[in-house]
Amino acid sequence: MSETQPFLQVKNIYKSFGHVEALRGVNMEAYTGEVLALVGDNGAGKSTLIKTLSGAVWPDCGEIWLNNQKYSRLKPKQAIKIGLSTVYQDLALANTRDVPCNIFMGRELRCGILLNKKAMYTEAQKLIGNLGIKIPSLAVPVSILSGGQRQGVAVARAIHQGGKILIFDEPTAAMGLVESAAVLKLIKNLAEQGFGVIIISHNLEQVFQVANRVCVMRQGKVVNTVRTADVCAQDVVSMITGALETNSNLN
Amino acid sequence: MKSETKIRLQQLFPRLLLLAVLAFMIILLDRLSPFFLTWSNMRNILDQASLYIVLSVGMTFVICSGGIDLSIGSIVAMSGVIMAMCMKAGISIGLAICLGLASGAVIGLINGILISFANINPFIVTLSIMSVIRGTSLLMTNGRPIYGFEEAFKFWGSGNIGPINPPILISLILVTLGILLLTSTRWGNYSLVLGSNEEALRRTGVNVKLYKTSIYVFCGICAAIAGFIVCARLNTAEPLAGWAYEMDAIAAVVLGGADMRGGRGSVFGTFIACLVLAVMQNGLTILSISSNYQQVLTGIIIILAVAVSEFKRRNSKASVN
Repeated sequence: MSETQPFLQVKNIYKSFGHVEALRGVNMEAYTGEVLALVGDNGAGKSTLIKTLSGAVWPDCGEIWLNNQKYSRLKPKQAIKIGLSTVYQDLALANTRDVPCNIFMGRELRCGILLNKKAMYTEAQKLIGNLGIKIPSLAVPVSILSGGQRQGVAVARAIHQGGKILIFDEPTAAMGLVESAAVLKLIKNLAEQGFGVIIISHNLEQVFQVANRVCVMRQGKVVNTVRTADVCAQDVVSMITGALETNSNLN
Repeated sequence: MKSETKIRLQQLFPRLLLLAVLAFMIILLDRLSPFFLTWSNMRNILDQASLYIVLSVGMTFVICSGGIDLSIGSIVAMSGVIMAMCMKAGISIGLAICLGLASGAVIGLINGILISFANINPFIVTLSIMSVIRGTSLLMTNGRPIYGFEEAFKFWGSGNIGPINPPILISLILVTLGILLLTSTRWGNYSLVLGSNEEALRRTGVNVKLYKTSIYVFCGICAAIAGFIVCARLNTAEPLAGWAYEMDAIAAVVLGGADMRGGRGSVFGTFIACLVLAVMQNGLTILSISSNYQQVLTGIIIILAVAVSEFKRRNSKASVN
């Protein structure tokens, strides 16, 4: 885990929807090579924070620092370009299309005006292989793949897009035990390969399995950031509910 | 774990089934009539199919993208009328043809803009445009056909190019182009992705609206080419030409294995489906069976074909993992 300098820094972000203050001065840091879990009750602002990072929502004020570059308003395409890739909860896959088509969606390899299917196929095989995922055939429509395999395809796309920080929104929601385990393993692998991973999860047990640090959000603020090694799940629950009042951003 | 070829075979199943049906029909009709397998009759069938094919290639892209275009029958009439009026006004044949084709493109553009930018349902947009275009064609001609064109124009409907005729040639070129576009270009790929998950494509930063609009333009041009063929073949531009052709095209595309929900379809499948329909029509005529039966049979064949491939698809889904 690189302890040097945060790859991604979120500084004092505010966002209101009408008179609902979704984010009230959020500060957060993420490093490459670690898994950061974002936890909090419904309405704590996790999703809104993620949306500001993927460019889907523009913050009212505040800064996003990535690799020592300041961005105040990210557009979706720009976010991808600078290395912030989001793996959406719905995975954003074209179910009737095959694996390479899904991985290269929006950035197909071509020779001349024709698609370079062979190159995409080989490249897709490599990407999927690096993730340690087994897919019997890349030529099948992704709808018939398992949840874990589908997640793998979505992650492969994010990596191919050049993502350095991969953001997962509820990656194991609606998944069985075996599939969840596969996805968690994948997430751990990614961090070991040097990516920065941010996951939103409601499942604290899983959070403690994969995350190096936990960022607890409550009422639009990050109330606490702790190492999973230093606390137990019960402490985190107390922080989420506010039973345990703490200074924000205590180490 | 399944082998790659087996999975590919499963995906090809609807088309293979259709090919089998076509082969069966040809063998059966050859048994029943000595006249069926003569070249002149084959040419007849191809000639008849050419119109369906031209219309259905465009429709394949629209249906793959999850949309529908009901206005193509009206575009057939409108483009023919425009070509005829231009030629009667003394404009050169080449330019008249171009203007006719351009009219198809413009109508397709209007369809596309209303569907992607104004966000109106494709069924409703093209249903309305169908009505508007049909009415306009009738108004332009006062409801009367325009007929009598020069030989150079008539050639495109009834001339000879070696053993085949221009409509057959045009349809074969369009099929080849369609296969290439759908399977091997970004545009074709996006047509299928649009029908599969439009939101996902938008999130990757692709200008979804532009691609969607262009699909309807392409379909409009195909319909105008069909209008050109009809007009040249009959030596007449009829404001009522192409009546209900959209239904034939939709039938062929669906029979060809495309999914009305979008995301799945093939130009080759559509091509074979057009041949199946044309062979059936021809066979019934040869056997002097009332053409009314054709309608009944068409419906039954479509339902059977779709039911079988849907059943097969579900089975394969259960067995892959």
